[in-house]
Amino acid sequence: MNEIIVKVGVGSCGLAAGAAEVYNKLQDYISSAALTVKLKKTACIGMCFEEPIVEFSGLESGAVTLGKVDPEHVIGLLDDYLMGNQIDANVILAEKQDGVHNELLQNQVRIVLRNCGVIDPESIEAYEASGGYTALRKALDMERLQIIQEVKESGLRGRGGAGFSTGMKWSFCYGAKGDKKYVICNADEGDPGAFMDRSVLEGDPHNVIEGMIIGAYAMGADEGYIYCRAEYPLAIKHLKIAIEAATQKGYLGKNIMGKGFDFLLHIKEGAGAFVCGEETALMASIEGKRGMPTIRPPFPAESGLWGKPTNINNVETWANITWIILNGADAYQKYGTEKSTGTKVFALAGKIANSGLIEVPMGITIRDVIYKVGGGMKTELPFKAVQLGGPSGGCIPASLLDTIVDYDSINKTGAIMGSGGMVVMDTGTCMVDVARFFLNFTQNESCGKCTFCRIGTRRMLEILTAITEGRGVLEDIEKLEALAVNIIKGSLCGLGQTAPNPVLTTLRYFKEEYLAHIVEKRCPAGVCTALLRYEILPEKCIGCTACARKCPVNCISGAVKQTHVIDQDRCIKCGACYTTCKFNAIKKA
Amino acid sequence: MQHAHSSLDAVIAKYRGKKGALIPLLQEVQDLEGFLSQNTMQYLSEQMQVPAAEIFGVATFYSMFRLKPQGKHIIRICKGTACHVSGANGILGSLKENLHLPEGEETTADGHFTLMEVACLGCCSLAPVIMIDDQTFGKLTPESIPAILDKFAYDREAK
Repeated sequence: MNEIIVKVGVGSCGLAAGAAEVYNKLQDYISSAALTVKLKKTACIGMCFEEPIVEFSGLESGAVTLGKVDPEHVIGLLDDYLMGNQIDANVILAEKQDGVHNELLQNQVRIVLRNCGVIDPESIEAYEASGGYTALRKALDMERLQIIQEVKESGLRGRGGAGFSTGMKWSFCYGAKGDKKYVICNADEGDPGAFMDRSVLEGDPHNVIEGMIIGAYAMGADEGYIYCRAEYPLAIKHLKIAIEAATQKGYLGKNIMGKGFDFLLHIKEGAGAFVCGEETALMASIEGKRGMPTIRPPFPAESGLWGKPTNINNVETWANITWIILNGADAYQKYGTEKSTGTKVFALAGKIANSGLIEVPMGITIRDVIYKVGGGMKTELPFKAVQLGGPSGGCIPASLLDTIVDYDSINKTGAIMGSGGMVVMDTGTCMVDVARFFLNFTQNESCGKCTFCRIGTRRMLEILTAITEGRGVLEDIEKLEALAVNIIKGSLCGLGQTAPNPVLTTLRYFKEEYLAHIVEKRCPAGVCTALLRYEILPEKCIGCTACARKCPVNCISGAVKQTHVIDQDRCIKCGACYTTCKFNAIKKA
Repeated sequence: MQHAHSSLDAVIAKYRGKKGALIPLLQEVQDLEGFLSQNTMQYLSEQMQVPAAEIFGVATFYSMFRLKPQGKHIIRICKGTACHVSGANGILGSLKENLHLPEGEETTADGHFTLMEVACLGCCSLAPVIMIDDQTFGKLTPESIPAILDKFAYDREAK
């Protein structure tokens, strides 16, 4: 008889949705009833919108995956499975929503995420059983240049956002003179709206580590760092467990697999600075300094960490390496377009039905990502824009939904591929407010080194704030455009060079919304509070006094059972009355 | 200087002479003492032979370092893009209201909670999200906040 296995997804998203409670209930039940059931943990499978997710398997009836599992019902569901009863179809993922989940998975190609949500990330044996560390074994029998050639031919480009050829980068570091070299994994995933790297590190840490060992061997490095945000405690925990286990098994440390190659790997926790995602700033931070970027050249490949040749790749880039070594460059190239090969992981969030983590082949259209894989919009409000690339990226409007996912096509829209955050927005989102949101972010995170980035972003933020508060004038648009050009020219690193992108793309595609704010003093999406006006509709108000009691500034007057009135001069537009009224008697305009 | 140096000295000894040690050292000292006081930074400077200005420079550069005493529990409210478009501002308002925090204050008068805004917690699919200590709470509404604060033994009425 097969072993019966129960798997619970306990990634950060699962835990936030209550997976720990589900896991504990199952654990108590299995031990108290002395069931011969193996309870396992796994990480995020990507369907975050369905968390907590539980999978039962081992019976002849096959495996079944359940979504949105209520801790109160999970015991009953397990009993049903064990006894061969019909399980409530409402929780079975495959049967929900007319097979949406099947379509979701069918349109994906999972290379980076192949083990995420499948294996137990805390178990090196689970990773080995899925083929783990065989790529390393194969690589150690290859010539170092042959490995670099394979990566070059695969066409893999840096998944951190810029899209530079990974093989080229490796060959620069290989060719650099020096007896000491470093490799670094950039896991300082700071883009708001992005969680690809977190999920990969939580779900399959060994895959990243194995990729780094292979890279270190190829380039001749004997020491490495994983620079991870401290906001990702679970990722750090899984990495620590993985490094410990890999060292025990001899995949890390001295004389790896008896091939005379040494590699030592450390974790460095970030301390909260977005700019440290920039490679020179990241290295300064590892050295214990303020994370400020420096001028390139010299590039890290010549003079990086502590002045030694260094290669930095992002988490997703490293996570592609094992697959490429095992399956070859040709197999990898079959996915994607001519200039952007392979797959890309995206974090879908915002007003999309299936928010979560997906991996799709390059070349797919943004429309297919949102509507086929992502299940379309979350509510009845229609699509307005999709934000790609975080604070360095831009907003792509509906008219450009057929843009294909590759570095060059996305750059043409004014956005960037970025690291893979995709935030979907509906007509309830104000684009001026979104631009202001990102400028507030970059203005806060500018390290202060370059004048245009430090002061220019602040000026842009002030102008955008004025527009959202109804104090904008027409010349502001020209000022924003002029500032944008100068900030791009006058900044040393990517943070400043791309900071104006959210403003430029919204100006390009949603100018009429700026004009509505400036000329008509109106926010079409109903977001900018200063431009809102709340009014009580006399025909609907029954005089229940609920709004007047809730109003924090007591500006609503009216006797019981009489129509109430808002004193517009004193109203602070907090919206408390609007959400309190049960009779739809308050109009927001 | 009034310092209970013994535990601090143990931390310092762990990092003395190691390259790139300043940030992890400050992280550990902050875990120990709750925040980085001027006295502590001065002491670290003497012990580590690093200029005080450099220590202060690092401590003010990274958002994780706190120069003022912190509450017993840290509430991190996510201000990422997905949370922003899903109503994080309403959650922030509700937190401030329930914690009775005046404008510009981060820590409650009784030192029970400190409220911090953070860029992104990476749980975008559950937006809007907050994190209290190491626990994440998602799909929040302004109305769900009081019950969550209650889990941390917070006496809302008494404030």
